[in-house]
Amino acid sequence: MPFACIYVPNFPVAAALRAEPELQARAVAILEGKPPLEKTIAVNEKAARMGIAPGMTKAQAELCAELALRPRSALQESAAHAALLDCAQSFSPCVEDAACDTALLDLAGMESLLGPLPEISRAIHHRTTTLGLAAHVAVASNPDAAVLAACGFPGVTVIPAGKEAEQLGSLPTEVLFADRLEDSHKEDDQKKAAARLLETLDRWGIRNLRGLAALPEVSLSERLGQEGLRLQQLARGTASRTLVPVEAPPVFEEAVELEHPIVLLEPLAFLLNRLLEQICARLGSRALATQELRLTLELENLTSSNQQSAINNQQFVRTLRLPLPMLDSKVFLKLLQLDLNAHPPGAPIMKIHLAAEPARPRSAQGGLFLPPSPEPEKLELTLARIAGMVGENKVGALELLDTHHPDGFRMRRFVAEVARKTPQKKTPDSAAATAAVTALRRFRPPLRVNVTLENGQPVRVVCPKKKEVQGDVLWKAGPWRASGDWWEREAWSRDEWDLALRNDNAVSFYRLVHDLLSGGWFVEGTYD
Amino acid sequence: MSSAVVSTSAALGRPFVFDAKAVPGVSLPSEPTEGRPPQRVRPGLSGATADPRLAHVTPASQLDIRPAPEMVSSGIPAIDALTGGLPRGCLTEICGPASSGRTTLLLAALSAATRRGEFCAVVDASDALDPDSAVAAGVELDQLLWVRCGESSPQRERSPQRHRNTETNSLKNQIRSRNENQTEHRLEQVLRATDLLLESGGFGLIVLDLGDLPQQAARRIPLTTWFRFRRAVENKPTILLAIEHHPIAGSCSSLLLQLGDPSAADPDNIGPTHAQLLTGLDITAELIRSRLDRKPARSVMFEAKTAWAG
Repeated sequence: MPFACIYVPNFPVAAALRAEPELQARAVAILEGKPPLEKTIAVNEKAARMGIAPGMTKAQAELCAELALRPRSALQESAAHAALLDCAQSFSPCVEDAACDTALLDLAGMESLLGPLPEISRAIHHRTTTLGLAAHVAVASNPDAAVLAACGFPGVTVIPAGKEAEQLGSLPTEVLFADRLEDSHKEDDQKKAAARLLETLDRWGIRNLRGLAALPEVSLSERLGQEGLRLQQLARGTASRTLVPVEAPPVFEEAVELEHPIVLLEPLAFLLNRLLEQICARLGSRALATQELRLTLELENLTSSNQQSAINNQQFVRTLRLPLPMLDSKVFLKLLQLDLNAHPPGAPIMKIHLAAEPARPRSAQGGLFLPPSPEPEKLELTLARIAGMVGENKVGALELLDTHHPDGFRMRRFVAEVARKTPQKKTPDSAAATAAVTALRRFRPPLRVNVTLENGQPVRVVCPKKKEVQGDVLWKAGPWRASGDWWEREAWSRDEWDLALRNDNAVSFYRLVHDLLSGGWFVEGTYD
Repeated sequence: MSSAVVSTSAALGRPFVFDAKAVPGVSLPSEPTEGRPPQRVRPGLSGATADPRLAHVTPASQLDIRPAPEMVSSGIPAIDALTGGLPRGCLTEICGPASSGRTTLLLAALSAATRRGEFCAVVDASDALDPDSAVAAGVELDQLLWVRCGESSPQRERSPQRHRNTETNSLKNQIRSRNENQTEHRLEQVLRATDLLLESGGFGLIVLDLGDLPQQAARRIPLTTWFRFRRAVENKPTILLAIEHHPIAGSCSSLLLQLGDPSAADPDNIGPTHAQLLTGLDITAELIRSRLDRKPARSVMFEAKTAWAG
């Protein structure tokens, strides 16, 4: 039964490089601790070549001018760990979260689905690279052998069944204690015990796993006990255990903490683009899309401009709800940009946190003979741009309200995917249905007019605001009385008249309204 | 003269016979021998090689013929009979004064388009669309995108009273200039929104409702904007419909309909007013210009009933 292991060496550095890909070409060291007692805890290969080693103080590391020093970020590491699990889950449903930098996959039965093992391992490696992580991938017939191979061999390693001892033999014995020695969360006793064992093996002249595997079991047991036998089984690649699968929670969050606050939206867009690309890659690896993006910006709040000590952070939250599940980082970025242009944060930004609510991607079947419909991503961008111009509540689809109130409607989001109705075939009986209906063309707000009455009926209408709406009443019908919402504060009661006005030899038809509560006269619209 | 002969023959797709007698002063490249038929010259081959200046000239027979646009129903049979429907990929102008039936025609077209399953957009310069009328006309509201460019701030409603109290010339000028600025701003919104919608694509019908816009403001739309709209909608299955007071798009519109002065469908004015009812309008539509059908201008009259007329 094959198992694969994905191991990310120098995990804190890898997490930092994932957040800042432009550091790939530079020497990087990660610092941890309270100032001024910060020490390097992880360095990349370039930094190691320059003589930087874990455990150095910040002052020592700063002597190297080309070195990029970054503080350890729990947010970045948790995002990188989630990305690692996403990658693993995209290949197998049975995934063990072995460590923050290690994920184990059960590949049983996956060969028929994804191809031979070398192909699967290459695909895993490619996907980790896509997610911004430089990982080692190893496939072996048992989980521990896969972990050892991933820790020891760079790139992609596939160990055929039965060849574990032979392949692992060349690895140094330090690989067996890597998890205990490197993990800062382990107890000091465990670290000391591991260091003591390593020293013992070193004194015996055991430098690699081949030597440990060749030792006689009884003698090893007499000297090192059960721990010695366990290490030997690991070295031989014969250790066997059951995988402990985990169900990774569908949490897609990315965050960036900034050393210097951002004031302009342009550099913010640059960072947002990076976060969105990472989130979209993670969602894509799980075959998911998103329908809601939540952007949280931690702002620098200068309560008193003179006192730096009075700086408090406050949060600025924007939620982007999409009508349909989407997975296009460029569209998301543009939508967020438009949203932030319309609602600027108003203070320098210290921290960016972006979360995506996962949703199943939409499935739509196109048709040759279906009428055209707007592309959802393009339409969403277009609507956001138009909303930026005319206002958010001024663009969308109409929805009539269940009321007799005039102009009783509300705007709602326009979605270009409604249940397709079969086009109605025209029959002779439907001729009446296609007859034109006289439309009202509304004035919003209604035009206040001065009305001359005779026997309680309008005979002349003058609108001071609109010269076209004035003249003698040629013809009139009404009044039609309507009222409603008398139980509410917004009660309304009115008389409506339909009338024809003559103005400059032209005749126009209007709806005149007498508001019985305020006593005002208004022209509500024209029949057109 | 010779070029006219060549073009006509090429347009008919026939190989032509170059007759020296018919074209005096022009000689054939080689003298025909006795008993042999005159030399036949293929347009664009031998002719082009004979004169290098004509090497890049495409014969008329090989030019792409722009296909006639697909015509779809406007929703009103009388208008369909008059114009053949509304052309896709073209700009159609419907103009007329207030109460001439422009909105009735607009809603009928929207209703027909939404019934075909198409998505429609109305860019409303004056925020004038009445949802109740749209529903009565049969428009599927789910498939209609409404862009409201008009301003409906409460300040605008209160402004006339304030003006009345302080009627000075300077204040009037200020108000006039503010109104002009608002109109310009609204017009800019309309044009940009239309640009964006045309670029987005996928709409079956896009309507620019400029019906209540002051004439001076509407005429300020540069002709290049209309050319851009025409170019943007070309070769797309979208109908671009402009509702105006007067025609403003010039030669960019493929179809221009002028709606005439209205009259009530039931003009009898007998009896008390509460016993009367506005049952509808008689609408006169005249086809002013059509690039698609070279028939003389003619008009048609139809009746639009009010929703409550039954």
